[in-house]
Amino acid sequence: MITLFEHYNYAIVIILMMIGLYVVFSSANMIKKLVGLSIFQTSVFLLYITMGKVTGGQPPILDPAEYESHGGGHESAPAAAHGSGHEAAQASHDAVQSAAHTADVIYSNPLPHVLILTAIVVGVATLAIGLALVVRTREMYGTIEENEIDELDYLGNLEGHAG
Amino acid sequence: MTPELAMVALLIIPALAALLIPFAGKYPNVREGITVTAGLALLATVIYLLIFVGQSEANRPEYFLTKFAGSFELKLKLEPLGMIFAAVASSLWLVNTVFTIGYMRGNNEKNQTRFYTCVAIAISAVMGIASAGNLITLFVFYEILTISTFPLVTHKGDAAAKKGGRIYLLILMATSLGLLLPAIIGTHVLAGTTDFQVGGVFPPGFSLTAAGILLFLFAFGIGKAALMPVHPWLPNAMVAPTPVSALLHAVAVVKAGVFTMLKVVIYIFGPELAGQTHASTILCWIAAISIVLASVIALRKDNLKARLAYSTISQLAYITFGAMLAAPAALMGGALQIVMHAWGKITLFMCAGAIYTAAHRTNISALNGLGRTMPWVFGAFLIGSLSIIGLPPMGGAWPKYFLMIGTLESGKQVLLAALLISSILNVAYLVPVAIRGFLLPPDDAKADAKIAGHLKDYRFVRFAPVIAAIGAFILFFAVGPLVDYLAPILPVTMRGGF
Amino acid sequence: MDLLSYTPAWISTHGPALLVVLPLMMAVLTAILPSRAAIGGKLAWLAVLATSGICLAVAVSMLLQVMAHGPIDYAMGGWAPPFGIAYRVDALNAPILVLISAVAVLCTLYALPSVDAEVEPKKRAAFYAAFLVSFAGLLGMVITADAFNVFVFLEVSSISTYVLVAMGASRDRRALTSSFNYLVMGSIGATFFVIGIGFLYMQTGTLNMMDMARILQDGGVDSKVTKLAFAFILVGLGLKLAMFPLHTWLPGAYSYAPSFFTAFMAATATKAALYLMLRFSFMVFDPSWAFIGKAVMILVAALGLLGMMAASLQAMFQNDLRRVLAFSSIAQVSYMLLGIGMATTLGLSAGYLHMLNHAIIKGGLFIAAGAFWYRFGITQVCDMRGLGKTMPWTMAGFTVLGISLIGVPGTVGFVSKLALVQAAALHGWWWAIGAIVLTSIMAIIYVGRLIEQAYFQDPPKKGAVTVSKNEAPLMMLIPLWIFAISAIVFGINAEWTTSLAAAAAELLSGGPDTIVPHMGGH
Repeated sequence: MITLFEHYNYAIVIILMMIGLYVVFSSANMIKKLVGLSIFQTSVFLLYITMGKVTGGQPPILDPAEYESHGGGHESAPAAAHGSGHEAAQASHDAVQSAAHTADVIYSNPLPHVLILTAIVVGVATLAIGLALVVRTREMYGTIEENEIDELDYLGNLEGHAG
Repeated sequence: MTPELAMVALLIIPALAALLIPFAGKYPNVREGITVTAGLALLATVIYLLIFVGQSEANRPEYFLTKFAGSFELKLKLEPLGMIFAAVASSLWLVNTVFTIGYMRGNNEKNQTRFYTCVAIAISAVMGIASAGNLITLFVFYEILTISTFPLVTHKGDAAAKKGGRIYLLILMATSLGLLLPAIIGTHVLAGTTDFQVGGVFPPGFSLTAAGILLFLFAFGIGKAALMPVHPWLPNAMVAPTPVSALLHAVAVVKAGVFTMLKVVIYIFGPELAGQTHASTILCWIAAISIVLASVIALRKDNLKARLAYSTISQLAYITFGAMLAAPAALMGGALQIVMHAWGKITLFMCAGAIYTAAHRTNISALNGLGRTMPWVFGAFLIGSLSIIGLPPMGGAWPKYFLMIGTLESGKQVLLAALLISSILNVAYLVPVAIRGFLLPPDDAKADAKIAGHLKDYRFVRFAPVIAAIGAFILFFAVGPLVDYLAPILPVTMRGGF
Repeated sequence: MDLLSYTPAWISTHGPALLVVLPLMMAVLTAILPSRAAIGGKLAWLAVLATSGICLAVAVSMLLQVMAHGPIDYAMGGWAPPFGIAYRVDALNAPILVLISAVAVLCTLYALPSVDAEVEPKKRAAFYAAFLVSFAGLLGMVITADAFNVFVFLEVSSISTYVLVAMGASRDRRALTSSFNYLVMGSIGATFFVIGIGFLYMQTGTLNMMDMARILQDGGVDSKVTKLAFAFILVGLGLKLAMFPLHTWLPGAYSYAPSFFTAFMAATATKAALYLMLRFSFMVFDPSWAFIGKAVMILVAALGLLGMMAASLQAMFQNDLRRVLAFSSIAQVSYMLLGIGMATTLGLSAGYLHMLNHAIIKGGLFIAAGAFWYRFGITQVCDMRGLGKTMPWTMAGFTVLGISLIGVPGTVGFVSKLALVQAAALHGWWWAIGAIVLTSIMAIIYVGRLIEQAYFQDPPKKGAVTVSKNEAPLMMLIPLWIFAISAIVFGINAEWTTSLAAAAAELLSGGPDTIVPHMGGH
């Protein structure tokens, strides 16, 4: 239980994921499905960002002044930033500690942020296509409720076979 | 003329005929001449090979065609059983050609060129089946046979013909692709090869369950053997003109089926292994039920060709029965039945065709007194019937005899009853036809007199059944050499009685 | 046949990047082509043809190189892995690259008449552009060696696929709902996949697949995170490759998409996803680890079995021709899963071979189905009456591919089914053989139905006149017959395809004839 509270980020990820999936499955309205999908995808963003945070880490922006004064010492900083994450936290913790001696600054891992930016873009594109489909569906069916669309299809099918 | 060349010639001669016939389409006599010439050439080749193959067991001709899909080879190899089958097929092709010429011209059939072409292709496929060296080659020719006989079944082109053709193709294709092919692949995977070998290809100690399952797959996969319940294609194929029925039911299709059945039991499983499985016992019973049930159904049919069709199913089941008994005498009986039944049944069908051509009658109840107008035809029918029933001195007596010995040899005496019952039923459904023809007074004497007047137009159709009937008679005396010829198909340990 | 000596050096050094970048750039160019009726569409078509042709040439040369000299590695932008994104062409993905490109070329030939009939003139340029994006996405998915890059290309191809499927709405409005359904399910699947990648990154700290494998081997085999990662990746990819029961998007998407795209999709999309599953299951994770092994052998094989039976059964009862073919595709993919589930070199080889062979068969079948619609507006099986007379060449090609689907000796279908049966027999999976036999009988039925309608029924009558012969245009017949002839040629002489499959399987299992060790026996 304590662990759950300590890692409340992950709890939120799971909750959002489940809410998102539930909304997708249970909604008949196409837009609501897209909403659920977005919630679901957001939970994944949170997951990635959470794992990117290194305890005691700064935002990963290189300060040129620091970089010059500490020359080669910063080679280990990328190493520390590289292997982060909660499960491997122990190992990386030691690496961070040793790195801390040679480097003055600990950075959070920038890579997950990059990955998430990509995923966000993908999510936006998917949402855009989804909404375009909703618009066209409305044009062709007159409704965006899935059960009504199914009925219209069924009736259309019957007509098609009778003719 | 080396034996290998002769073996390949077996396939090429009819195929060549099939290639040339379409060009002679406008000249019927030339076209028929091609068929007859090819038939004679084929017969000559067969006789040559008969002598060669019979000489020694060691150097039988073998010919490798091609390899495909990695491990599968197509190859030809001759052995006594195949040789006998080829002999039956080639000799009856000639006889049937005489009949066909008479029938086609007598009834002014359309599309005769297509007919003769397809028959030639079918015979080529039959030769391929007879000389196949392994299961996969046999399968390829088996399928070619199905496809080439399909236009023959739907020859008439009307709705009934198409329906019959559909059922024909459906059942044969479904059984061969769905059951036979998996069985062949199973054999290939489990035994490493599908080559035909005396004594079987499976290693000693092979699992009886696996052998049993494969046996079932083969028994029902070989749809052409018409084991119940995969038999419906046969009565439905009766929509074809009688020369096709004669070809289908005596020469090509059904004999290919039961021949395959025998080859599988003898050369793939080996009689010993086959006999040990439970599956063979079950299949024996199924065959026995087939024998009796088909005879009962035949009794109830008034249409002559339909009656003969069910009679065929019954007679084929004898061969399957013999194969599944797997006793030496039973296997010999099955092999002999291929020969005897072929000649006997083709006689009966050709008689039916002659009756249709000359008198336009198809039902048995309409045949009263016709025997007095067409004595040769009905006489041939009587002789053919006696052969089918199994009475000496007709050839058909021997297979029944061997099969009965076989049931005793294998300890399944109960099944003897099936053979005896079926013989009685054979009498019941075949003899009345001849009796009606000869002994009962005609329904309409004037109509019969008209027929008598035209008879000389139908010489061919009346001549052919007589030849076949004489053949059925002669074969009675040929059994000695036949048995000697066939003895090497059995494993050495089983040849004692022969 | 030393074609290798004719290929310029820059292909082997830059080929991997070219393969992805070229279609992407051409997509942009194609999208801005003028969209006036005749010119826009034709120019766009030419662009697509040229692009896919070049990609085919590059893919083939890379295949030859890989077969002769071993894997090709490419670091995108010159950044060295594991920090940079690496592309890798080896025995596992080279044949698939060739497959995707070849199918693209053939389907593009087919597209000339087909797209003209199905897509409005002013949308054609955009349509072809979207196709190029999809093509680039598939190629990228297959060629990349960076796990997140896989997700990116997966989504690139998926999103363009959603668009392309929806373009079928001018024929049948159900394309919209099918596309939407596919969108929702596909996005969930891709998101599951990216969650799995996230967990893998957490565990290993790297995104490069080879690096991941190495780090996982050293330590982390038993950690929960690894197992979780595998589970998510398996489910995510399973949805994309239409593994039972995650297959429900497929029939709709295949039936209502424009026929050009259905033909392409049916032959490539699921194969790419299957390749990814192979890559992840065997080369990032390893089935010799208990959890992975159990999942692969029990879950994947069992789902393959269920998929085979369920999909074949459903295929027998469909009234719409394209749905029959779609359910058949699901069944065929399940065969592949069965082969993979064995986790033996032979099984993997059989599954991989079936991937290649099935692409040939299905691509051709959907081309024929599209041709039927093009000439006669046929979508239902009962409307296929008499096609043997009215479209003899098309139907003949369809029949050849149909009997190949059944698995008649002499065709590709037989070769791969035989390989599967042999692999199953050696592995002792008799139930699998029984299932293959049973589903083959079902295949005989559902293909037989179609052939029977075409050849044994008379063509329909309009009033008193029987519909007359109206063969498909040449541009449709050519790719159809190329597929059909390939199905026969590779069925009779299967040495080349079998050697490709064997090489791929050896790469996956680490050696010829290995049974990847697993816990729990069989």
